Amino acid sequence: MQAEPAPNPRELIQPGRVHRRAYNDPQIFEMEMERIFGRAWIYVGHESQIPNPGDFVSTRMGRRPMVMVRHSDGEIFVIHNQCAHRGAMVVAQDAGNTEEFVCCYHGWTYGTDGKLIRVPLQHGYPGHFNPDDPGTAMVKAPRVESYRGFVFASLAKDGPALTDFLGYMTTSFDDMIDRAPDGEIEIAGGVFKHAFDGNWKLYLENLCDAAHPLFVHQSSIEAAVEQDDEVHTDGAGEVAVRQMRQNGAPYKFWLEEVGIWTYPNGHSFLGDYHDDEKLVAAKRDPVFAEYIDTMEAKKGVGETQRILEVTRWNSNIYPNISFMSQFRQFRVVHPVSVNRTEVYNYSFRMKGAPEKMFEDTVAFSNVTNGTGSLVLTDDLETYSRIGIGVNAGGAEWIEVGRGYETDRPGENGGVEGKDSTSEVYIRNMYDAWLDYMSTGEDAS
Amino acid sequence: MDRIADTDTESFLIHEARILDERRWEDWLALFADDGWYWVPIEEGQKDPKQTVSLMYDDRRLLETRVRRLAAGKLHAQSPISRTTRTVANVTVENEDKGKTIVRSKFQMIEYRRDKQRLFGGTQWHSLSAIDGGFRINWKKVELVNCDSMMDGLSVPF
Ligand code: FES
Ligand SMILES: [Fe+2]
Repeated sequence: MQAEPAPNPRELIQPGRVHRRAYNDPQIFEMEMERIFGRAWIYVGHESQIPNPGDFVSTRMGRRPMVMVRHSDGEIFVIHNQCAHRGAMVVAQDAGNTEEFVCCYHGWTYGTDGKLIRVPLQHGYPGHFNPDDPGTAMVKAPRVESYRGFVFASLAKDGPALTDFLGYMTTSFDDMIDRAPDGEIEIAGGVFKHAFDGNWKLYLENLCDAAHPLFVHQSSIEAAVEQDDEVHTDGAGEVAVRQMRQNGAPYKFWLEEVGIWTYPNGHSFLGDYHDDEKLVAAKRDPVFAEYIDTMEAKKGVGETQRILEVTRWNSNIYPNISFMSQFRQFRVVHPVSVNRTEVYNYSFRMKGAPEKMFEDTVAFSNVTNGTGSLVLTDDLETYSRIGIGVNAGGAEWIEVGRGYETDRPGENGGVEGKDSTSEVYIRNMYDAWLDYMSTGEDAS
Repeated sequence: MDRIADTDTESFLIHEARILDERRWEDWLALFADDGWYWVPIEEGQKDPKQTVSLMYDDRRLLETRVRRLAAGKLHAQSPISRTTRTVANVTVENEDKGKTIVRSKFQMIEYRRDKQRLFGGTQWHSLSAIDGGFRINWKKVELVNCDSMMDGLSVPF
């Protein structure tokens, strides 16, 4: 049997459309793992997960199991979770604290910087074996940088600095962090892990999609609209029902009130679409009033106003994160195979904010990002249907041209849609995709 | 001290499982008290549903919305529907206090949908109050053995 020739990524992109092979071709997927996930800045974790020397968490870069660890001198390393002897995964726990990593198989022992420090029964190895060789280690990602606590790693030795890569999108991280009265946020409240039978790119392509809620979420919008507000709630149900109703914002609203902005390297954010004053801006919520008082006391009236006037919904950092500051949700996308994807959804707690606000974050997380959510389940179903549909071989091209003729240069660089329903953010991701994919030499 | 529950209690749990298997969502909702709640934790030993996320956590208001969405039958995530079969066993009474009985049981649920079959299992806890000729659920908590695993979406309650 003859193998199909590897497709040329350039031939899969046309103005306003993408070939379906971008979603179902295993060779394209392998190229993506090397040329995108093997090269770009990939989010690996948050510093609040590893506050002390020796703290570590298991993480991933594309399909690669990695460990993010704080070394004894405080520096953060991201190391391949693979023993240099016969390849066993060394760190089996999700998280913990340790002075060294010991492989279960023959006891090779590594420091929290990945360096090999002990090899039991060392006499039997051949002359060229050198425990000081950097290759005889749990190999480190060559570059690790943080932006205000958000840790990224890159498997490429050279490339742009993290802040250059993020560009104007640093303001979305600022928005999330500055909202905390103490100016710090931390991962808290558990993590959702959900999966679907579809390509990894579908996830970010949906998170700034303002045209989908009325269709995908019709069942939860209708069920929430019909909900009697006199029925007992402990607060969680109220947040959930309000949010589901907001997904049913009239189409006119998406066209006139909400925007979509894109930036270099595939990043973008969607404007906020909430007109429910209790829900996000929460101006009429007593807890939010307490929060504003705390903010004003700590940051001053003007700065508080400046911070709270930023109203963004999801911010996508290509290729693998999407977060929103107002309820502090943070999703990390892990490709598994061309038609299988896993997503981790974290919540952040604002230090110094009223406790009740975190309860609302939890309730919001359950309803929008929960594995058993009334909302997310319909998104997951949609991804899986695309995972089936793109194999049908009817239309060869996927249309991503909505708004193509009316997109315009944005204020802070990049391109913005005329209204929020433009698919400009998808085309923008494919610009980045093609940049990565058409640069031939593999980074790893 | 746990002791084997009487047949009325066990019958009630079997009845509930049957209602769910038959997708009689509104009948299921009717088993809950007016301030009842339903909880599927995401962590083993999870203390509370307010400070940590949950696979499902519905106060009465959200439970009604969940049931309305399922009963209306228009959700994409249930097109096609899931067929399920539930088995309940090892039913014990853990505590009785002020007319409320805490019942612990083991369950397994097989879910079949679109060529995939999934097996769920774990411990479920019911707080029940006796009402004329039957029981009312004050709360129900479902502890899955794989609560913190990677999962495809969950659209059917346990
Ligand atoms: S594989 Fe790790 S010590 Fe042998
Ligand atoms: Fe959605």
